[in-house]
Amino acid sequence: MSNFNIMEDKLSNAQIAWRAAQDIDDGSYVNLGIGFPEMIAKFQPEGRDVTYHTENGVLGFGKAPAEGEEDWDLINAGKKAITLNPGASFFHHADSFAMVRGGHLDLAVLGAYQVAPNGDLANWRVGSKGVPAVGGAMDLVHGAKRVAVVTDHITKKGEPKLVEQCAFPLTGVGCVTRVYTSLAVLDISEGKFILREKLPSISMDELQAVTGATLHIDGDVADLIVPENLK
Amino acid sequence: MDKTISSVAEAVADIPDGADVMIGGFGGSGAPIELIHALIDRFRATGSPKKLTVINNNAGNGFIGIAAMIKAGMVKKMVCSFPRSSNAEAFNEKYLAGEIELDLVPQGTLAERIRAAGAGIPAFYTPTSFGTELAEGKPTEEFDGKMYVRERWLKADFALIKGEKGDVVGNMTYRMAARNFNPLMAMAAEKTIAQVAELVETRSIDPQQVVTPGIFVDAIVQVSEPEQEEVLVRTGVVY
Repeated sequence: MSNFNIMEDKLSNAQIAWRAAQDIDDGSYVNLGIGFPEMIAKFQPEGRDVTYHTENGVLGFGKAPAEGEEDWDLINAGKKAITLNPGASFFHHADSFAMVRGGHLDLAVLGAYQVAPNGDLANWRVGSKGVPAVGGAMDLVHGAKRVAVVTDHITKKGEPKLVEQCAFPLTGVGCVTRVYTSLAVLDISEGKFILREKLPSISMDELQAVTGATLHIDGDVADLIVPENLK
Repeated sequence: MDKTISSVAEAVADIPDGADVMIGGFGGSGAPIELIHALIDRFRATGSPKKLTVINNNAGNGFIGIAAMIKAGMVKKMVCSFPRSSNAEAFNEKYLAGEIELDLVPQGTLAERIRAAGAGIPAFYTPTSFGTELAEGKPTEEFDGKMYVRERWLKADFALIKGEKGDVVGNMTYRMAARNFNPLMAMAAEKTIAQVAELVETRSIDPQQVVTPGIFVDAIVQVSEPEQEEVLVRTGVVY
């Protein structure tokens, strides 16, 4: 019998972000979605030269400035103050989204409410109540060479976020190619979730039980090992 | 040719009721706050302009700029990509009460529709929103094995934009990420009204620095030391 306790043993958001960061290639252009995905930049491995794009019109931004040093004409798509790295550039919104849809970005990473094995993503709206807001999410899922999702494996109520079919309104169809969760790393290919890595402490049966779609195995499933105490 | 106007009040004086008005800016940066406030002053003094359709990425923040226009009751409809934010109370209240219309457009589609209007392209195909509720009722077509949605150009009667430096013929530069929608909106309106922090009276902007060529600008007014939306919102200013 396994002693796996999902709420205690699953990865934190910082750990998921760390794992996603390991796959950012040297020399790549990357867009990180607002919120959780932004954390990935912090864990970018040493020695890799990565250029970050933000859709309001900046390429090559760096860390947040110190408090009191903000210039509010220098912000990211999350409306937070940023700084520039050497080699940065500014451009208007049409050029910015040309970079997105035109296939110029190597990687886009987004959050998710639900992901399906056909690559469908729902991440902008959970129902029809309240004020809808889409921003650039529907653009960002198209065009990047790889579109990855970072997400908890289950909702706060314990429901699977990897599902056979998205029930929430879609952000894009057939767009996601890789998923990093609090329990596993999966590729999406030919309408299937293909398990690449899982936490060593969770059994296949336990992982399948908290996943709303069939997990496929194609080759080795590696141990998902992430540093402790990341912040 | 001299496109300079001496005051923001004069610059917005001929915007009528029911006009479609593009307003530059993204979040707290690039919004022509003084032009917007001049429009609000006119509405408070004369009751016009009202029933405006406002095109912007957001739907106002705090109690200044577009949020103050909405609060004052001048806006019939917002066309934007992201109306929901931490301090968009003015829009949220009116929307949830059914007192303002919303046309929600994905951000990149909004930018491209505006650009297309300025470039004389009535429609284009984009992968964005295919298969989602925002594509419902729109024509789709397959190109090279992938599906795309047809989107129409988006024009306006007026554009209110903000630049850093401008000259008498309307050439403009922008400050950092405050560029955002401003150069696109300048192209897409019947009449483009620009405020700039520095208006040089001679034609002295280095041609290599010009981002918006003067052909896209109809009126230009100097607002030295313009207000920054983000600062006004953070300090709780109410207009």
